[in-house]
Amino acid sequence: MSNNIQRTHMKLKDPRERITNFQEVALGYTLEEAKLEASRCLECKNKPCVAGCPVGIDIPKFIHEIKASDIDKAFEALSEYTSLPAICGRVCPQETQCEALCVRGIKGEPVAIGALERFVADNHNNVLEVVPQESKGIKTAIIGSGPAGLSCAGTLAKLGYDVTIFEALHDTGGVLRYGIPEFRLPKEIVDREVNALKTLGVKIEKNVVIGRSLDLKDLEDDGFKAIFIGTGAGLPRFMNIKGENLLGVYSANEFLTRVNLMKAYEAKSDTPLYLGRNVAVVGGGNVAMDAARSAKRLGVENVYLIYRRSEEEMPARREEVEHAKEEAIEFKFLCNPLEIIGNEQQYVSGIKCIQMELGEPDANGRRRPHEVEGSEHLIEVDNVIMSIGTLANPLIKTLGIDINNRGLIETNESGRTSNMAVYAGGDAVSGAATVINAMGAGKQCAYEIHKDFMSKREL
Amino acid sequence: MYRIVLKETLATAVVKMTVEAPYVARKAKAGQFIILRVHENSERIPLTIADYNREDGLITIIYQVVGKATMDLNNLEEGDFIHDFVGPLGKPSEIEHLKKAIVVGGGVGCAIAYPVVKALAEQNTEVFSVVGFRNKDLVILEEEFASHSDKMVLMSDDGSYGTKGFVTTGLETLLEEHKDIDCVFAIGPIIMMKNVSAVTKKYGVKTVVSMNSIMIDGTGMCGGCRLTVGGETKFACVDGPEFDGHLVDFDEAQSRNNIFKNQPVHNLEEDKDCRLLKEIENVK
Ligand SMILES: Cc1cc2nc3c(=O)[nH]c(=O)nc-3n(C[C@H](O)[C@H](O)[C@H](O)COP(=O)(O)OP(=O)(O)OC[C@H]3O[C@@H](n4cnc5c(N)ncnc54)[C@H](O)[C@@H]3O)c2cc1C
Ligand SMILES: Cc1cc2nc3c(=O)[nH]c(=O)nc-3n(C[C@H](O)[C@H](O)[C@H](O)COP(=O)(O)OP(=O)(O)OC[C@H]3O[C@@H](n4cnc5c(N)ncnc54)[C@H](O)[C@@H]3O)c2cc1C
Ligand code: SF4
Ligand code: SF4
Ligand code: FES
Ligand SMILES: [Mg+2]
Repeated sequence: MSNNIQRTHMKLKDPRERITNFQEVALGYTLEEAKLEASRCLECKNKPCVAGCPVGIDIPKFIHEIKASDIDKAFEALSEYTSLPAICGRVCPQETQCEALCVRGIKGEPVAIGALERFVADNHNNVLEVVPQESKGIKTAIIGSGPAGLSCAGTLAKLGYDVTIFEALHDTGGVLRYGIPEFRLPKEIVDREVNALKTLGVKIEKNVVIGRSLDLKDLEDDGFKAIFIGTGAGLPRFMNIKGENLLGVYSANEFLTRVNLMKAYEAKSDTPLYLGRNVAVVGGGNVAMDAARSAKRLGVENVYLIYRRSEEEMPARREEVEHAKEEAIEFKFLCNPLEIIGNEQQYVSGIKCIQMELGEPDANGRRRPHEVEGSEHLIEVDNVIMSIGTLANPLIKTLGIDINNRGLIETNESGRTSNMAVYAGGDAVSGAATVINAMGAGKQCAYEIHKDFMSKREL
Repeated sequence: MYRIVLKETLATAVVKMTVEAPYVARKAKAGQFIILRVHENSERIPLTIADYNREDGLITIIYQVVGKATMDLNNLEEGDFIHDFVGPLGKPSEIEHLKKAIVVGGGVGCAIAYPVVKALAEQNTEVFSVVGFRNKDLVILEEEFASHSDKMVLMSDDGSYGTKGFVTTGLETLLEEHKDIDCVFAIGPIIMMKNVSAVTKKYGVKTVVSMNSIMIDGTGMCGGCRLTVGGETKFACVDGPEFDGHLVDFDEAQSRNNIFKNQPVHNLEEDKDCRLLKEIENVK
């Protein structure tokens, strides 16, 4: 009976090998493995897992098709709800979303929904015969080519709109390109999604910064009838401690952009990156794990991950933490930076930290960390990578739409901003969140835009 | 891809290029810059918009060859294409309210200062320019400055052209003569902007400097271009590049610009064009 089968974990590359390159770590299922894992799904009538998926994928349905070896059908089932299954299957925090609610998780491990989703996306043969609806001749503009923008563009194009994406950088994908490293999300997959959009007739204008090269008024003047803003989070946060502007202190965004977008890890890339033998990464989220693991792959001997709470509170995905540990990232929990120390040439030479301990739980049940008196200590490092979150993208302010006190775009529940023709979604609205949320928001806004035009037509 | 329509050498290793970039030309204003990537594997580097032509969608840049990226750029000729070219970035110069201003340019910084002079002249601000160069061979844009300024003072460090001395000398003379200057713009090497700011502080004249921090994205995403202004962290690409010269931490900015200098980032020996760089070293 399927009840006794243990979860099949994806095979991983050997840690000793993987820290020498940027190739993908998790290898993905074979058909046999996928079918074995799929067989663990009980196809529950009330589908508890679906409630955990931000876009409501019909999980038992797509898994059912895997059991029947019909990968193309499984892909169709996925495509009803998500436009980026190869990406979300890889990077979704499944363990806190769909998998957290899987009944198989009550007495064992939940069904590996993410890994199965990835398997389907990687192995189907659907040449999705997308017959876009007859062109409506209505011009729509998408600002930003992250997951929010890509999914909004794809949805609108399929509905027959004329879509142009404007992207500030020289390449598409947003965080999928410049943030999440190759070893977790091969850029080939991002390229595939972008090319699929091009096939749908979506135009992509790179090197255009809205708020600088063009503003919303220009887009309206150019005949764009609806606009979707998906400009992401952006602006990196710093701790405001002494020494943060020394040479060798990077924000995670700068470090990862140099590595991923600018491909500093390849010899042919001209973009410089200064990394010494010892590197401290400050933070405990996915971004911190990505920075630490990238540093290791660039030949850093000792990578310390400094986090001020304990392992349990760490917001990074479990899987990433495990992979980081296997790759000999040294975790310093309950450790808080006080100051970054530099040498005479102003290069970083160390980071002064203090030990923390967790106090009694506060009203929210969260145990606040306190400093342990007299526990100051110095960790010798050549670089510090600050990975403590982001603030709102600073160019948003210039667009003339309402923003809240955190600098994020204000929208109503359908994603509409204070400007009737302008919608927004993804990290630019929610603050730093997840790929699947951004994708869901982009798609939702596309349908809202469509609804607007349909109701206008009926008038 | 962005086509180069004009290329002209202005002085030793200082070159002017005009590039087809309609999105940039549409909105460009004095004080703003672009970021370009010469080839697919090149770095992203910022260069100031030296001039623009909205009708024809053209942007002019003036660059000094100082390293790999500017050398690669310089290897392109008229008719060739630059891989990426984005802008206008940064805030435009705030000049509307000015009645009387002085613009100080140092070396290739004059390329950055010139559009400010031009914009001031076009709005009928009374404008004096002080431009300084190391020597006669490095003089650029002399006519342009002269024709747009009510008065131009040209200085050279070694006295081989114009008046001998640093720009601060020429500036002080002007500040003594004119007690009603609304604003001084100082654009050039960091040490020059620091010294100019020290002089104007004495006279209590507002001073705007243009900070050339190391940049990548230019949209406020990476934080690489950060600097300290009045004790606060600012991002040169979105909050600047112009800042109050009396508040900028110039020493920190100078040090941050040198991060890759001591690092074996690229191997110039292997480069067949390092001859040009040697030439520049000699000029220095
Ligand atoms: C290192 C890192 C790791 C992460 N790991 C995970 C993970 O494992 N799982 C997960 O679910 N989430 C993860 N996230 C979060 C996730 O990537 C984001 O929530 C998601 O990418 C947000 O999508 P978006 O489309 O809203 O914005 P972004 O992906 O940020 O894209 C915004 C795009 O807009 C462009 N843009 C910005 N301003 C302008 C402008 N003015 N004009 C034109 N274009 C503009 C940007 O250049 C960018 O391309 C990670 C984030 C980072 C940084
Ligand atoms: C807003 C702004 C406007 C500028 N305008 C002009 C201009 O009009 N004309 C001009 O000649 N130069 C200008 N610069 C400087 C120009 O960007 C650098 O000379 C160029 O990046 C050098 O690159 P390289 O590879 O040839 O030299 P490298 O050998 O790599 O560097 C030489 C020096 O250039 C600076 N530099 C290097 N990389 C960058 C980078 N990514 N961003 C910024 N600075 C860098 C550093 O100070 C470095 O020490 C400007 C810089 C900024 C920030
Ligand atoms: S998209 Fe994410 S949350 Fe939804 S089913 Fe797939 S892995 Fe789970
Ligand atoms: S809860 Fe788990 S077992 Fe039930 S349908 Fe969802 S994935 Fe299958
Ligand atoms: S260049 Fe990246 S934030 Fe300014
Ligand atoms: Mg360079």
